[in-house]
Amino acid sequence: EINSHSHLDPCHLNGSHDGILCFSSKCDLDFVCVSTRGYIYRPVCFLMSAMAEERRQKHCSVVLPTESMKAMAESVGVGQLQEDSCVALSEEVSYRIKEIAQDALKFMHHGKRRKLTTSDIDNALKLKNVEPLYGFQSQEFIPFRFASGGGRELHFYEEKEVDLSDIINTPLPRVPLDVSLKAHWLSIEGMQPAIPENPPPATKEQQKVESTEPLKVVKPGQEEEGTIQGKGQGTTTPDGKGQCLGLIRLKPRSTHELSVEQQLYYKEITEACVGSCEAKRAEALQSIATDPGLYQMLPRFSTFISEGVRVNVVQNNLALLIYLMRMVKALMDNPTLYLEKYLHELIPAVVTCIVSKQLCLRPDVDNHWALRDFAARLMAQSCKTFSTTTNNIQSRITKTFTKSWLDDKTQWTTRYGCIAGLAELGPDVIKTLIIPRLAIEGARIKAVMEGPVISNIDKIGAEHVQSLLLKHCASVIAKLRSPPDNVEQYRTEYGYLGPMLCSHVMKARTQAALQAQQVNRTTLTITQPRPTLSVSQSGLSGSSGPRTPSIIKVPSSLTLMSPRPGTPSQPSPPATKYIVMATSAGAASTQQVILVITLSSSQSASPVTSTVPSATSTLQPLVKLEPGSGPGLTASRPLQKYIVVSLPSSASSSLETKSSVLPTSISSSSLDGGMKLERSESPGASTQSPH
Amino acid sequence: MAAVQGGMSDADIETDIKTEPSTDGFGNNNANDGRVLSASPGSGSSTGSNKQTAAVTPEDQQTLLAVLQFLKKNKLIESVEILRREAGLPENSLDPKATESAGAGSGGAAGIVDLEGGDVSSLLSRVTGSSSAGAQAPTKAVAEDQPDVRVVLSAYSQQGDPTLYEVYYSDLKKFIETVLDCHRAELSQVFYPLFVHMYLELVYNNHESEAKAFFEKFSGDQECYYEEDLRVLSGLTKKEHMRGNETLLDFRTSKFVLRISRDSYQLLKRHLQERQNNQIWNIIQEHLYIDIFDGMPRSKSQIDAMSGSLAGEAKREANKTKVYYGLLKEPEIELPLDDEDEEAENEEGKPKKKKPKKDSMGSKSKKQDPNAPSQNRIPLPELKDSDKLDKIMYMKEATKRIRLGSDNLPSVCFYTFLNAYQGLTAVDFTDDSSLIAGGFADSTVRVWSVTPKKLRKVKSAADLNLIDKESDDVLERIMDEKTASESKIMYGHSGPVYGISFSPDRNYLLSSSEDGTVRLWSLLTFTCLVAYKGHNYPVWDTQFSPYGYYFVSGGHDRVARLWATDHYQPLRIFSGHLADITCTRFHPNSNYVATGSSDRTIRVWDVLSGNCVRIFTGHKGPIHSLAFSPNGKFLASGATDGRVLLWDIGHGLMMGELKGHTDTIYSLRFSRDGEILASGSMDNTVRLWDVMKAFDDLETDDFTAATGHIHLQDNSQELLLGTYTTKSTPVIHLHFTRRNLLLAAGVSQL
Repeated sequence: EINSHSHLDPCHLNGSHDGILCFSSKCDLDFVCVSTRGYIYRPVCFLMSAMAEERRQKHCSVVLPTESMKAMAESVGVGQLQEDSCVALSEEVSYRIKEIAQDALKFMHHGKRRKLTTSDIDNALKLKNVEPLYGFQSQEFIPFRFASGGGRELHFYEEKEVDLSDIINTPLPRVPLDVSLKAHWLSIEGMQPAIPENPPPATKEQQKVESTEPLKVVKPGQEEEGTIQGKGQGTTTPDGKGQCLGLIRLKPRSTHELSVEQQLYYKEITEACVGSCEAKRAEALQSIATDPGLYQMLPRFSTFISEGVRVNVVQNNLALLIYLMRMVKALMDNPTLYLEKYLHELIPAVVTCIVSKQLCLRPDVDNHWALRDFAARLMAQSCKTFSTTTNNIQSRITKTFTKSWLDDKTQWTTRYGCIAGLAELGPDVIKTLIIPRLAIEGARIKAVMEGPVISNIDKIGAEHVQSLLLKHCASVIAKLRSPPDNVEQYRTEYGYLGPMLCSHVMKARTQAALQAQQVNRTTLTITQPRPTLSVSQSGLSGSSGPRTPSIIKVPSSLTLMSPRPGTPSQPSPPATKYIVMATSAGAASTQQVILVITLSSSQSASPVTSTVPSATSTLQPLVKLEPGSGPGLTASRPLQKYIVVSLPSSASSSLETKSSVLPTSISSSSLDGGMKLERSESPGASTQSPH
Repeated sequence: MAAVQGGMSDADIETDIKTEPSTDGFGNNNANDGRVLSASPGSGSSTGSNKQTAAVTPEDQQTLLAVLQFLKKNKLIESVEILRREAGLPENSLDPKATESAGAGSGGAAGIVDLEGGDVSSLLSRVTGSSSAGAQAPTKAVAEDQPDVRVVLSAYSQQGDPTLYEVYYSDLKKFIETVLDCHRAELSQVFYPLFVHMYLELVYNNHESEAKAFFEKFSGDQECYYEEDLRVLSGLTKKEHMRGNETLLDFRTSKFVLRISRDSYQLLKRHLQERQNNQIWNIIQEHLYIDIFDGMPRSKSQIDAMSGSLAGEAKREANKTKVYYGLLKEPEIELPLDDEDEEAENEEGKPKKKKPKKDSMGSKSKKQDPNAPSQNRIPLPELKDSDKLDKIMYMKEATKRIRLGSDNLPSVCFYTFLNAYQGLTAVDFTDDSSLIAGGFADSTVRVWSVTPKKLRKVKSAADLNLIDKESDDVLERIMDEKTASESKIMYGHSGPVYGISFSPDRNYLLSSSEDGTVRLWSLLTFTCLVAYKGHNYPVWDTQFSPYGYYFVSGGHDRVARLWATDHYQPLRIFSGHLADITCTRFHPNSNYVATGSSDRTIRVWDVLSGNCVRIFTGHKGPIHSLAFSPNGKFLASGATDGRVLLWDIGHGLMMGELKGHTDTIYSLRFSRDGEILASGSMDNTVRLWDVMKAFDDLETDDFTAATGHIHLQDNSQELLLGTYTTKSTPVIHLHFTRRNLLLAAGVSQL
């Protein structure tokens, strides 16, 4: 059964026909004897993959090419093999190998395996009364090397020279564990208990089937009850009388009763998610993001989140909203959950967090912008994941955002949310929906910035909208327009925002050029301490391209919230050092970010870009940081930004300690969700947090 | 087979073993029997050929002549005489006998039971190729090789214009496509055998390119379940290849059986005669056995249900023999009074349910089941005191048994073998579920105790001398406490252990291995007692009789053997399968043995006569599991195609098809009262099926029983009571405890 071997990657085998297969034929082609140990496995593999392909196409006989016969002949010292002999040989060899393969499959089946092993082929050879290939073992699946040269391509079996003393001197490996038996309950009176030994109750596909075709559901274990009941009523008989009865079972049985353990789990998780202990929260979120068995609790989580958002928006409890959004993110990260069914609860909650007029008690001080950003990104992610032609999530969301953005009476906060929500949907949306409105929006901002001061809140809002627009539009415009960036031209085209846009675009261009050189340069921006970090390309202030949504997991060994400013980081990979720079938006009045390097209380900082050899710098997965400020950096600063730059070991020794403003290559960072966290933990915000 | 050397026939065996009369035509039978006999160890060297059953029809003349020639050449005058005499007998006097006794025996089958050594080897060589024969067999075998193959293949030598083959075939195809719908499905059956034979003829006559073209043109038309065979076929492009290819030689030598209604057959015949399509007509005459029946032509689905085997369907006569599927009367055993009452009530209330699998639960009814074989049809071992104790235990347990049903599903306890590195190849539980044995790819056999009672060896002989043999607890005293452990390893095999089986009394363990032996192990000393040699090729499965003493084994050499533990030679040899025997099972009454094979058929053999009494076709892949229902009436089989088929043994009918598994089914087991069938598969699931419902649904239909043409309902989904998925552990063994708890075992693939 060839499909049992689909793990044989045909790519591996392409071209293997040119290898140095070594067969010598004796007895007038009567039997092919494998002369060089090991070589039979490869032709077998080759033929089997060929046969696998053959299965897909039609049946036709696959034979080894004659060139390999030549190569083999050469390798055993027979030069000038005639073409006819080659053809005859290759047919014979192919046939014999197929026979062996077929017999080997028998052994695999009886060995109750899905993988063919070399011992199966040995046994098949034994069956044919051929001496098996003793001692052919390999760590690798296909141990052949490829070489080409002189117009020939060869595959060969690499046998390294082994120094015996090395083997003698190496410590003995651990003795493998002995075979043992373990018993568990696969099912108890028809129900499969949810224990770690059993697979998660329902796979994503099953959940999907359940939600889309509720009448057809067959869940393992759980559904038994349902079908039995059906049978009891005689509903499932195939004939006509059964059909009318079958209609009785209209309503899908959803079995969402939670076991006591599940209830406990649910309680613990939800408490941890909104509780005060950050470590617990991280664990809880991690669990939500990875646990495969949450399917039954999903409706409860979903309700928890939507209700939570409803209540906390009214109460303006920023911290809790942030926690809830992080729960949404964790749910979305869980690959085993079929969320589609609960979008109707989750999406409104997320949208609320993006566009709500007020999300916190003190809009002038608290960083609700970060929450909006984060929620907007979540929204974009769910659009990407869940939008289909039937539910049209993306277009509906776009419409909602656009509509409220176009409304003159819309507040700055909502305005910001709408723009953020749209901008996160990608450059196309920016191009078609945001850029055309830049001039109008600019005028509106100008009115607030330069007009009579009505309220500080409006002003802050306008500033944020402005920086948001600049940030998102610059990179798109940089791609839309060709280089000579004329300030006047920008001004006429984009109005008030024109000049600023112009400078951002120019920065974006230089940045792009720089990136072209430094492909590998990356910065990490902390979004959340755990479980995820979002990675963004090092970008110009306000002009970084669309954020890359890639997420990397934080090694759990690292503690993220270091309380002391004096310890910058304990990088886990020893050869690499991190420099953590905290940048804080200095004065609240401008969005131009000034980089303040606060690493280790300013004792060491460096103009990183100059010392990093771009070619070798690699992305390092992490970082911990905390502004070296503590109470010093107080709530008066609305923003703190961090850039984490990893240095490869080669550069580590050459760190210069200079306190300076960075060159333009890294001038700022995007502010991410991580901030929210900081905010909520910081003294300024803690008054609102629930703990 | 090469080891078979010199195939000597043995007078002892002949008296003992009644070799199954030819079932599949001359060549195949030849080969099987040759192997069979020559394989018996320590056989004498009598050269005579002895029993011969020959039924001659004109088609066989040629073959017979060739055999005669061969015998003469080897100076086997006696054999020549006998054969000639038999061949000369009038046809009609032999025909009934042949058809009756031979399961699949065609009227024209010729059984040549014994052949002289050289001939045997030469026949064997068709399987192994001459070099293998040369390796061990006497040199003359090699010399004799050529002529014999010619004999076997001679039927292909007739020449037709190779270029016309395609025309013939497409002409027939066109004709069949245009006939009435009701006939089309039936006539389409001839496509596959015709295709194969035409292709083989082309290959045999060295028309390689025509053969290839023919294959490419028409292979796509064949039913998908023949794909495996077609792949083998596609590899075969030269006459030289044919010599060693078992599968196709079998195809050639055994007639492909088709069941066609008389109307359809007349239609086909008329067409072929009108068109002077002799090539095809010859093939139909020579290589096909058309089983004509009167009545309605069968529908496509009916045909599909039954086809798929290597050699077509079973002939109707093949399944006509009476099978005594009833259970034996249990010996009366004194039971504590209260238990007995309960038991008796149970029995009367539900007479059907008293079906024990191994140690049958005592059936107290005095009346003999009309379908049961007589008590001493085959000699069974006497019950020992310990057996009686065990029976009492069994009955006690049985009273606590949970009555299963669709609304009362069993619990499943899964035993996962850890750290086996996928080397677990066979598992068995004792009937009382106290021990688990595992066979491993590293040739070891391991036994675990799953109860707190540890495994202990018997003391050494010296120590045994010291104990007081008169004491009451002598059985306890002979055990050596120092050796107590939860598991024991037994070494002895030299290849992967593919089959394993506990004896009902838990004193012995059987294991069969790639090394060609079946070993009997003592569970008192944990040593090997006997190595039963005979198969010479990997032995895929073995099982103890439910009454102990006898056991059956089957393997790559395509024969199943019945052994008794105290004989080192087999008592019966069941030959007839066209490919490896992959699994073997004893009927609960111990009078029959079922074997499943890679030729995609299941055969049931009579232990008494050695005859094949049932042939079940319908599976589309090698059969890897079999299970008799506890009442002995039904058989369930599972194959690589992921389907479970249910069979009525008494009527020889297919009873149902259970679809759901997506991979090979390695294990099947009926619950103790036969209501639920559990199946375990490579697809990591255990499934439970409501077989009572399946049987009830079908039993209402009388017509099907009469004609044998069943209409299978596609109701697998309703019959499926539960699916339990493991994380990543294929299920390779299932076992119902006496109280109906389902135990499953497998090795984790993680």
